[in-house]
Amino acid sequence: MTTTSHPKTPPEIGGIGHSIRRHEDARFIQGAGNYVDDIELKGMLHMAILRSPVAHAKILSIDTSEAEAMDGVVAVVTGELMAQHNLAWMPTLSGDTQAVLATDKVRFQGQEVAAVIATDSYIARDAVSMIFVDYEELPVITDPRQAMAEGAVVIRDDKEDQTDNLVYDWESGDKDLTDRAFAEADKVVSIETHYPRSHPSPLETCGAVADVDPITGQVTVYMTSQAPHAHRTVFALVTGLPEQNIRIISPDIGGGFGNKVPVYPGYVIATAASLLIGKPVKWVESRTENLISTGFARDYHMKGELALNSEGRILGLRSEIWSDQGAFFSDAQPTKFKAGLFHIVTGSYDYPAAHVIAHGAYTNKAPGGVAYRCSFRVTEASYLIERLVQNAAYEIGMDPAEFRSLNFIKPEQFPYHSPTGFVYDSGDYEAAMRKALGIAKYEELREEQKAAREEGRLIGLGLASFTEVVGAGGSDEYDILGLKMFDSAELRIHPTGKAILKLGVRSQGQGHETTFAQIVAEELGIPVGDIKVVEGDTDNTPYGLGTYASRSTPVAGAATAVISRMLREKARKIAAHLMEASPDDLEWEPGKFSVAGSPDKFVTIQDVAFAAYTNMPPDTEYGLEGVHYYDPPNMTYPFGTYVVVVEVDPETGVWNVDRMVAVDDCGVRINPMIVEGQIQGGLTEGFAAAAMQWITFDEDGNCIGSNFMDYLVPTAWETPRFELDETVTPSPHHPIGAKGVGESATVGSPAAYVNAVIDALAHLGVRNIDMPLLPDRVWSAIQDAKKG
Amino acid sequence: MFPPAFAYSAPESLDEALATLTNEGESARVLAGGQSLIPMMKLRLASPAHLVDINNIPGLDYIDAANGYLRIGALVRHNDIVNSELVTAHNGAIASAAPWVADPLVRNRGTLCGSVAHCDPEGDWNSVMLAARAQVVAQSTSGERVIAIDDFVVDFFTNSLEPGEIVKEVRVPKYAGRGGGAYLKLERKIGDYATVAVATQLQLGEDGKISEAGIALTAVNNKNTRAIAAERALVGEEPSDEIFKEAAALAAQAAEPESNVRGTAEWKRNVVSVYTRRGLEASLAQARA
Ligand SMILES: Cc1cc2nc3c(=O)[nH]c(=O)nc-3n(C[C@H](O)[C@H](O)[C@H](O)COP(=O)(O)OP(=O)(O)OC[C@H]3O[C@@H](n4cnc5c(N)ncnc54)[C@H](O)[C@@H]3O)c2cc1C
Repeated sequence: MTTTSHPKTPPEIGGIGHSIRRHEDARFIQGAGNYVDDIELKGMLHMAILRSPVAHAKILSIDTSEAEAMDGVVAVVTGELMAQHNLAWMPTLSGDTQAVLATDKVRFQGQEVAAVIATDSYIARDAVSMIFVDYEELPVITDPRQAMAEGAVVIRDDKEDQTDNLVYDWESGDKDLTDRAFAEADKVVSIETHYPRSHPSPLETCGAVADVDPITGQVTVYMTSQAPHAHRTVFALVTGLPEQNIRIISPDIGGGFGNKVPVYPGYVIATAASLLIGKPVKWVESRTENLISTGFARDYHMKGELALNSEGRILGLRSEIWSDQGAFFSDAQPTKFKAGLFHIVTGSYDYPAAHVIAHGAYTNKAPGGVAYRCSFRVTEASYLIERLVQNAAYEIGMDPAEFRSLNFIKPEQFPYHSPTGFVYDSGDYEAAMRKALGIAKYEELREEQKAAREEGRLIGLGLASFTEVVGAGGSDEYDILGLKMFDSAELRIHPTGKAILKLGVRSQGQGHETTFAQIVAEELGIPVGDIKVVEGDTDNTPYGLGTYASRSTPVAGAATAVISRMLREKARKIAAHLMEASPDDLEWEPGKFSVAGSPDKFVTIQDVAFAAYTNMPPDTEYGLEGVHYYDPPNMTYPFGTYVVVVEVDPETGVWNVDRMVAVDDCGVRINPMIVEGQIQGGLTEGFAAAAMQWITFDEDGNCIGSNFMDYLVPTAWETPRFELDETVTPSPHHPIGAKGVGESATVGSPAAYVNAVIDALAHLGVRNIDMPLLPDRVWSAIQDAKKG
Repeated sequence: MFPPAFAYSAPESLDEALATLTNEGESARVLAGGQSLIPMMKLRLASPAHLVDINNIPGLDYIDAANGYLRIGALVRHNDIVNSELVTAHNGAIASAAPWVADPLVRNRGTLCGSVAHCDPEGDWNSVMLAARAQVVAQSTSGERVIAIDDFVVDFFTNSLEPGEIVKEVRVPKYAGRGGGAYLKLERKIGDYATVAVATQLQLGEDGKISEAGIALTAVNNKNTRAIAAERALVGEEPSDEIFKEAAALAAQAAEPESNVRGTAEWKRNVVSVYTRRGLEASLAQARA
């Protein structure tokens, strides 16, 4: 079912479908945000971290004496000191352990070795350079297949049972069925490609201000956290401190993109230092520290194969991947799924057989992997299948759009059971693709492409018809460290009819203060400006798993709708009491109850709110508030088609995007403007991945890309202009029919850009160029193709 | 930003600045736009003990044409050059390069003279200056001297200034007859240093033949480098596709690029050749216009 969104509420109420301006922007654009680095506490000390200059080495000795002797230095913390308090290692969100401060060895360049606590941050940094460490260098591993080779040095020899560098072997799907599909195939198309390591690079780096009260034992940590509640629990587990005394405050967050999901050593060291010294301690990392040590994204070496019959129907898919996890398995992902949700790799297409094998390996690189708007590795999956499908079309001799059309899951097949166990909730892939092709004028572009080729010009058209999967959980399948992936909403309506909504998730720029207020406005008819949204303070919000993987609207948004509806039912009883009518005789329209048949007999939601504190029916509890914990019945499956047109300079390999058309379907759009903002951001990041972004390492494990001159973030100048449109296929199980959209464009778009460049060169026989598609790689592909 | 501690002075006259530089010796550095020096201090790659900020010195922000030269003073920002009609009228290579230097924010602060002094082999201006046969006017407490740009650019981040000297001005001779120039730069994004760039300048004699040619390369050697063989191949010739191709091939030979994250050496050499040819075509079109 495809619909379009028309607001049901008037603009004064501003419910679903209104592109109202973001409430939070008033403070952000006036420079009045309150970020971690803005926190100033009395007597606060400053911390700086000494990081390893080498990727793999034994620590022979650490000499802190000169640093300690400097004026203004209060303490130097080493792994040895942390170990005395049992804090040298900490658990990770993936169930591994990670060094807080190295004791035995350093395992990646940038790893935390020691920390200086000083009266100001300049002194702290000066003192860091006066700590002298003796390293004995060890062989370095920078590639997962190298890590798994016979005789490779064991990186995690700190772990008792670890005798190699394998983090996990994981598989999904039906091997036998898939082998049979390949045996029957007329054609097999395969691709081998690397999705390079990138970094979420939020503008605000990570940091914390830890404030331990030596008298009461109260621990307050202001922290750049996308998941403050989960982090509080981890803190309780790491430190053994009573959880009621730990308060995590995640103030305004200057971008997260998954970078602020893991617990970082810096947070723990600052807290330990505050505990030991009895004063608040601030730690804010530099850009370089952020880029070299905190949770990166991707670094997936992928192989994929499609089995096809002679008509071009896909019969099955096989995929094997090697994941570079870095030195610690420290990204957050659902316990049951070691490779995240990569097994959604079958994509938007209907075939019965698929088999996916994933190997995770330790290397001497910074830890991470799941981040940067990836929906737990759907970025990698979507990229692989969309690249394969495009190449399959060339091999079969079909247009890539027609090939997709032939193989799409049809609207009537939903809910669709995928061969790797997903149940797609709803979709109309053909409609979204046709709309995108129509806007692009695809047929005409194909003609232009032909004509241009005659003149020696290289034009390419790339498509991606992605399917996303977002909104974990479903407590039966999804948990992190055993914490089920529900989320929660607490709604209080005050006597004057104004409301406060408290959530367990944490916005990092997504506009929660506006979007979630709009859901309440929709459900209760309270004007959106009368609703305050509070997040990020564990003492003052209900428990939740946090904001990442596009889960806030699918889960916390659903919780908000449900608690609003529960309060509306209570309000109905109060309204009936006020009008001396039966609740069943009342009709609801946004903001008021009226008696059926006599529309001028009504009470407003504000009247009801006042009565809830002043005049209640005898058998009813006072107040109008409640909390709901929402456990989603399924994930949501946003989708869409992106069309990219590029021109490649045959002499240099430089390519430019001429057009980018994006048709997204994320179900019902709550605030269309905010949704478009999310999509524009994602399309930009997808472009960055395709064109320029990667963190690479030399063979000694030195990180190349440790600042914004070397690690590239596109500006408005080189970012293509986007032409956006939508189809609307509501989620059948979400209370308001919404699906997550925070990551769709990052997930879906890289393949579209890359496919466009490949399409420009396809007639030469080019089928793969690894991302980023730097001009030299494109040029070399042309040269190699010419050589044959 | 957390640099090591340093002393700072902001003199209001050139004499005072020169005196401070002489007194402080090697440990002092001039601070102009700060767009190279400050990032280096932030990364602790440079730790000057004393910064002599020249931004408060009046009269150093001139662009003018006098005695056959276009003169650009020490406090002329990149953006002033982007916006200067005098520059556009006078020298095609400079006008074409200006919008490619860094990004708009950096261009508001960074100076051409600072860039020339900095001698970053990936910097744009020194290639343009080599192709245009510029001169550097250096001043110290003991007076002024004029240094040809070929003698000024010594090596990787090394110029031929003596301690206590400051770049007061860079000047570029006017075209003798009809002339044109271009700067073609391949960068990964706006604000990126060149992966490869080529400055070209052509002057035509009365007979329509090439009377002077300048070609210089960015980011493919340990300093901005003139492609002298390519220049020589052009002088005295009738402009033609063949001679431009020949010059382009010779320019590629003058490049000794490294393979790195930006691309392979082979490809960079190819880009030098393509951009030299295209730059010469653009320069010629401008000279004939
Ligand atoms: C993000 C970014 C991107 C950039 N991209 C590019 C680019 O694409 N192309 C490019 O060419 N440059 C680029 N730059 C550098 C920029 O052009 C600088 O402005 C220029 O290199 C230095 O000029 P400045 O006035 O800022 O010098 P400063 O940083 O103040 O000084 C640089 C050096 O020159 C010395 N110096 C400065 N002025 C004088 C003088 N008058 N006499 C003697 N010595 C002097 C200083 O002591 C110092 O050693 C970029 C810079 C940034 C921050």
